[in-house]
Amino acid sequence: MSSVFEYAPAPESRAIADIAPSYGLFIDGEFVEAADGKVFKTVSPSTEEVLSEIAQAGSEDVDRAVKAARRAFEKWSALPGAERAKYLFRIARIIQERSRELAVLETLDNGKPIKETRDADLPLVAAHFFYYAGWADKLDHAGYGANPRPLGVAGQVIPWNFPLLMLAWKIAPALATGNTVVLKPAETTPLSALFFADICRQAGLPKGVVNILPGYGDAGAALIAHPDVNKVAFTGSTAVGKEIARTVAGTKKKVTLELGGKGANIVFDDAPIDQAVEGIVNGIFFNQGQVCCAGSRLLVQESIQEELLESLKRRLSTLRLGDPLDKNTDIGAINSEEQLTRITSLVEQGEAEGAERWSPACELPESGYWFAPTLFTNVTQAHRIARDEIFGPVLSVLTFRTPDEAVAKANNTPYGLSAGIWTEKGSRILAVANKLRAGVVWSNTFNKFDPTSPFGGYKESGFGREGGRHGLEAYLDV
Amino acid sequence: MPSSALTAAHPLKDVASSDSALRRFLHGLPGVDAVGLEGRAASLGTRSIKTTAKAYAIDLAISMVDLTTLEGADTPGKVRALGAKAVKPDPTDRTTPATAAVCVYPDMVAVAKEAVAGSGVKVASVATAFPAGRAALDVKLADVRDAVAAGADEIDMVIDRGAFLSGRYLKVYDEITAVKEACGTSARLKVIFETGELSTYDNIRRASWLGMLAGADFIKTSTGKVAVNATPANTLLMLEAVRDFRAQTGIQVGVKPAGGIRTSKDAIKFLVLVNETAGEDWLDNHWFRFGASSLLNDLLMQRQKLATGRYSGPDYVTVD
Repeated sequence: MSSVFEYAPAPESRAIADIAPSYGLFIDGEFVEAADGKVFKTVSPSTEEVLSEIAQAGSEDVDRAVKAARRAFEKWSALPGAERAKYLFRIARIIQERSRELAVLETLDNGKPIKETRDADLPLVAAHFFYYAGWADKLDHAGYGANPRPLGVAGQVIPWNFPLLMLAWKIAPALATGNTVVLKPAETTPLSALFFADICRQAGLPKGVVNILPGYGDAGAALIAHPDVNKVAFTGSTAVGKEIARTVAGTKKKVTLELGGKGANIVFDDAPIDQAVEGIVNGIFFNQGQVCCAGSRLLVQESIQEELLESLKRRLSTLRLGDPLDKNTDIGAINSEEQLTRITSLVEQGEAEGAERWSPACELPESGYWFAPTLFTNVTQAHRIARDEIFGPVLSVLTFRTPDEAVAKANNTPYGLSAGIWTEKGSRILAVANKLRAGVVWSNTFNKFDPTSPFGGYKESGFGREGGRHGLEAYLDV
Repeated sequence: MPSSALTAAHPLKDVASSDSALRRFLHGLPGVDAVGLEGRAASLGTRSIKTTAKAYAIDLAISMVDLTTLEGADTPGKVRALGAKAVKPDPTDRTTPATAAVCVYPDMVAVAKEAVAGSGVKVASVATAFPAGRAALDVKLADVRDAVAAGADEIDMVIDRGAFLSGRYLKVYDEITAVKEACGTSARLKVIFETGELSTYDNIRRASWLGMLAGADFIKTSTGKVAVNATPANTLLMLEAVRDFRAQTGIQVGVKPAGGIRTSKDAIKFLVLVNETAGEDWLDNHWFRFGASSLLNDLLMQRQKLATGRYSGPDYVTVD
């Protein structure tokens, strides 16, 4: 960090996000208390400040919400697509209007920098609603035959890394296709989903079409197991995904799972080095590396290893870690104490296994959950840090000599969500991309998202696709 | 034989031994991905520079301005006025730093020199058949020697874009080394690429290295006379080039974006690029300049606003 040109703090005002001291569950268009009266607290990961007290859904609440969604389904699915589109467009516009408020809220609740919520999350959230609003009256032309039917009630469980974006990925296609929704946000990041509930009311969405049940894993499990849920959509850890697969096995429920990853970012010796460095940084330090498609394994061609690592280290030294509400912050807080503990333990194992650990000189704030951007060199495929998903700002660097070796190493993982290729040679991009077993392969970029582009995994990274025309299939009876 | 900045022992000294060696070297530089480069420049443009940081940046930017007049209609009176403004940009506030230099055509160097005498403000001159550069080398060298003889501290030369685009890199290299020699020890050499005419970022990176290998003290985006001049992306690219060049050779080269930078907000974005790309060693007017004429007044108005809390308007700064 520079001492000559110090950037004065530029904090975004938090006053714009008016957080109530407590929130209920959103069932059938109303905020209600949990049946057993249980509550939990949500804290700001950057300060450990309690933001609000939230009603905690239990199995009885799940049943109430599914019933409400079932009642609403009759009318909602019978609406002409163009009518449903109007609601979705309205929601999209309200999200745009309230985007600054939602960005601040998300940053407070999740710990990620305002730069990311403002410039990445919120524009994508609105874009997803706009995109699927456009599909609502064109389902006949989606490639699934004339008049494809919705499935019914969708039970959706989303993670804490992109709370509002994952909500949009789940709710927008579900509503566009005529399904109704019961969604459980993660226990550490329930606020933006509750604000979204308010947006549904503001948009005049019929009661029961969207229900939001903040709570823990037990509520998610109850939702997924509920006999009247027709479709299960889950984004989160592979362990929970396997649990869900076991639960729904043998039922008629349709399932999509979007799980963990250990993405390979392959840099060939003819890559545009400066842009590759940016892509590596974006691939693993975006959202503190808490991204399922993070490029957490850097595979660099041996001949440029030294040069690339030097550039990368220099670049990491310019990352600004601190108050996530500061507009100049690049690296925010880790989402929870639990997650911080997991990252810390995996990194310690990496050191114990003999990999070389490096972090830029970086002061961590005293309160809150923080982890400095970390680089591991001398990593081999046999190391745990090269195999396990760390879900934190930790990059493992491996090397390769030939394209075949790069492909073999990239594919040598139980996961298969994302990969990146960096080269100036177009034919190599196509040749390598064809051999990579990953749902998304980016070339000369990383972590780029677009609602028109399908997203999902191979192997233990899950199945089914979200986004794009393909994302409709998961919510249609086809 | 023109003297190159690289000593005989340096590993890069043979790079310009032949046209093909030079081409191999320049084409072996890492490519530039346009989308990624522009994305990075845009993301650095979102840095929020407020209060003390803004005050620091505005003063720094003022001290980096090459206050420029390059019109056919320039008169000694106009150049004298420009010199006076360079020395004391804001007569109402004597704490305002002087600009780095005044930049004029060669025939105005003597006038400019007199106008800034004793102030520390440098006189830069666009020699070498500016802005097209389409003249014989002898003519260009005569232009340079004239300006240096008249007291120019800095020479802004344009490269022969025609030669560059047709791949005759050695011709461009030789011209630069010849001009560098004509500058002698008294004048620093800024090499202008006219990036808007080079068309690709790969070309801009090659031109940057070519200029530096040939001994440029500064590399400069443009003349300000074409449609596309300095942009955040091409300046970022040149900052990467000087950073990498120093890492390889130990030689530090300055950067000067020119043309099209009109507002304080823009200038601050460029300073962020410098800070986060080349680093703080370049945050000084010996290593970074703005080639601009209208930028200064906006910087002065913003400076007055920071000092008084009110925005004064164009009548509260001098027209020239």
